[in-house]
Amino acid sequence: MKFFAVLILSMLLGYLVYIFNSTLPWWCVSLAAFIAAASVPLKPWLSFVAGFAGIFLLWSVLVFWLDKENGGVLSAKMAQVLPFNGSAIVMMLASALIGGIVGGFSALTGSFIRKKPASSTH
Amino acid sequence: MRILPFAICAIITTGLVITLNTKIGSAPPMGKMMSPTHGFWQNAEAAEENFSMDISSPFLEQEVNVYLDDRLVPHVFAANDHDAYFVQGYLHAKFRLWQMEFQVLAASGRLCEVLGEKVGDKSVLEKHDRKFRRMGMMLAAENSIKAMEKVPEDKAAMEAYAAGVNHYINQLSPADYPIEFKLLDYAPEQWTPLHSALFLKYMSYDLASDLDDFEFTNLRNHLGNALMEKAFPIQADSLDPISPKGTKYAVTTPLPVAPANLDLLYSVDAAGIAYQTEKPDPDNGSNNWVVGGSRTASGRPILCNDPHLGLNLPSLWYEIQIVTPEYNTYGVSFPGAPSVVIGFNDSIAWGVTNSSRDVMDFYEIKFRDSSMNEYWFNGNWKKTEWRTETIRIRGKADYIDKIPLTVWGPVMYDGTFDNPMQNGKAYAIRWKAIDNSLELGAFKGLNRAKNYDDYLAAIRLFKCPGQNFVFASKTDTIAWWQQAEFPAKWRRQGDYTMPGWDSTFRWQGFIQEGDNVHMKNPARGFVSSANQMPADTAYPFYLGGLHDVYRGFIINRKLSSMTGISPNDMKQMQTDNYNVFAEMARPLMLLHVDESNLSSYAVQLLDEFRRWNLRADTGEKGMTIFVEWWTDFADTVWNDNLVRNDHLPTPRPQDNTLLEGIARDSNFYFIDNIQTPEVETLQQMLTASLNKTAENLKKAKDLTWSGYRNVRISHLLSGLPGFSRLHLNIGGGNKIINATKETHGPSWRVIVHMTDKTEAYGVYPGGQSGNPGSKFYDQFVDTWTKGEYNTLWMMGADEKKSEKVKWTMKFSKS
Repeated sequence: MKFFAVLILSMLLGYLVYIFNSTLPWWCVSLAAFIAAASVPLKPWLSFVAGFAGIFLLWSVLVFWLDKENGGVLSAKMAQVLPFNGSAIVMMLASALIGGIVGGFSALTGSFIRKKPASSTH
Repeated sequence: MRILPFAICAIITTGLVITLNTKIGSAPPMGKMMSPTHGFWQNAEAAEENFSMDISSPFLEQEVNVYLDDRLVPHVFAANDHDAYFVQGYLHAKFRLWQMEFQVLAASGRLCEVLGEKVGDKSVLEKHDRKFRRMGMMLAAENSIKAMEKVPEDKAAMEAYAAGVNHYINQLSPADYPIEFKLLDYAPEQWTPLHSALFLKYMSYDLASDLDDFEFTNLRNHLGNALMEKAFPIQADSLDPISPKGTKYAVTTPLPVAPANLDLLYSVDAAGIAYQTEKPDPDNGSNNWVVGGSRTASGRPILCNDPHLGLNLPSLWYEIQIVTPEYNTYGVSFPGAPSVVIGFNDSIAWGVTNSSRDVMDFYEIKFRDSSMNEYWFNGNWKKTEWRTETIRIRGKADYIDKIPLTVWGPVMYDGTFDNPMQNGKAYAIRWKAIDNSLELGAFKGLNRAKNYDDYLAAIRLFKCPGQNFVFASKTDTIAWWQQAEFPAKWRRQGDYTMPGWDSTFRWQGFIQEGDNVHMKNPARGFVSSANQMPADTAYPFYLGGLHDVYRGFIINRKLSSMTGISPNDMKQMQTDNYNVFAEMARPLMLLHVDESNLSSYAVQLLDEFRRWNLRADTGEKGMTIFVEWWTDFADTVWNDNLVRNDHLPTPRPQDNTLLEGIARDSNFYFIDNIQTPEVETLQQMLTASLNKTAENLKKAKDLTWSGYRNVRISHLLSGLPGFSRLHLNIGGGNKIINATKETHGPSWRVIVHMTDKTEAYGVYPGGQSGNPGSKFYDQFVDTWTKGEYNTLWMMGADEKKSEKVKWTMKFSKS
């Protein structure tokens, strides 16, 4: 359950960055995962996975939704401008992956703010 | 808290974020760029985007309503000019911001600020920024601003426009920036009237820069005067000038007198000149014509125009209708400047083509010593003035360029630019574009012109680049003026570099405005121009520059035989692919080729060529064979004569010179290869060329004209493939009315029928939005490729409820 708490909290906080993108810079997504992991006691490696999954999922959903609204006009072009050999799908996953990696490391960092969860469970 | 692992992870995470937030080499900052919250995904415009909005600004005087139609063309209803130009600035910025700013960076020699000192192996600093500064672009724009300060209405227009652009910029956050800003990782800057002036001066660079004086001097010195006259005759045999042959010219401008020591012109620079520079496309030109009521079915004039320029995305043009109580004008505008550039209003229509005359000359400067503080002028040492240009370079210290200023103008080339000096000489530039002028007044005047007199008064404000302004009114007046402030030149003045120490080589004066070549309501019932010479040599001033011959010829031939003309006829003609140059060349090529000495594939090609319908349509193989055969033939004829022992650059003579040369005399002087002991004949040259062409074409996969070449509309940023449109299935070409070349051609086609309710058609190969993430980005490209047109909707004030209105933008005073 705590795993999902970190995951969902990362997503929600990360979504705030999307909503307030005119004032917050993109890297606040890192703070989102950091805060999520720092607020919920969880083993560091699980925090990493939860932060990774949270932001990866969030960015995937956003990317696919924006692309669908756009009718795929831009992704087809960008996949040629950026080195993705014209594959929009690979580019979408790469976008999400970048978010996931940032989210994972941020959550890992956040998890070390707390005392060892082991000492509190046993 | 576990300090050590926390610290390690924090460092890794911070490093990761910083890396993803940083531009590395030419790669954009990948995190910032690809995040859906801020990156390019934010530019993915919803297919059903709602463009309606309310905007308020304290700068506005009254309410302005903008009705956007289904092609995203804005119909602007404003109470006055000030508000109209504010809104035009806002719309240009909203739909074309990156392009506007990038074009100005290019115009002002500031590309290093965003691209860095080099792109790949190419030095942006040397090849672009320093060149543009030293050519005097900044100087020209600053002088434009001085001219603007003297005309309060122009100043007000430029300031209102800038305020509109800035109103848009100021409400942007980095997530909203156009995609190219994100790719290059920089931010838009505030717009000023100087930005607009720079953009307008860029058109002078594109259309009125004549940077080939050095090459011409090299060739003249190599060939000698007599042969140079043969290689570059002043007037083509097949010339059909804009003002018909036989016209008498009674001028009041004092005639220029060639300097007494003209020999000096032909003795300088014997060492050859190594300077070579990238130049605008020599085919930057255009077609325009107006048929009067005597030739149309309706009895009303029809005006047609298609400016041929580099084809890019986002397009140079932006369609707009501007309505104020004073005027109602529709046409295309330049994102970067207020008003409509080519268009029509309720009373008149106008169009432009380039005059292609030479208003850029180079003078050799003799400096006293390497300090360049003094130069020799009329028997004295004269003090140099200095201009300092600071070029900011991304990631590096500024480059300070100190440019000597002379009586002629800035010293463009000296020991510091653009290569270490190879002949130890320096050259100052005398360029009309640098003189104080702001061309905006002409466009503003045309936008509101009601009749011929208004048109004439407006265009006389236009000093550079020289343009053929054609005119049509609803009251059936048609006219053409070749307009600019042209120097009154003596024969060959400015073709070659001139001695800068002798003031008798100066421009002696300007041609008085009434003496510019023109026609009003000619008996033949039409006016036309296609960059050919405006007049034959009966006109007492030397024109200079290189001029197309064939488009003007075929346009006049067609129009002379047409009556009862409809707009549909004009559409057909404007997109016509008939090759009149080939019509003249083919009989000679067939007559002189020696079939018995051709390879079997060459015979096949010859057969195809013989049966060809002389059209450059997409599926024609004959066009491909003709172009390749002729090009190889011309290369082999000229190359032995043009190549200097020191391999310094020389210009290639025009195709009409060779064609007319062999038409007059099959022993045309240049046919013989002077590097061989034998005397080659025309027959040998044509036969060998066709054999060689056959060898080359054997390797080609597709000989059809559109398959053989790659017509493309490239994105302004080095043609980013994803943002460009490649391999368009379109015909046409050089010397053809449909002047579509691979990267260059009809950038806007427009036909205006001057009926009571104006009937107009137009198309440009682009779209109203500059955002590659918008479906409006390249919306018209396919229409343009097929030779089809959009119907231009001159919206009336009573049509606000029309279903053609898709969105409404309301601007109000706050």
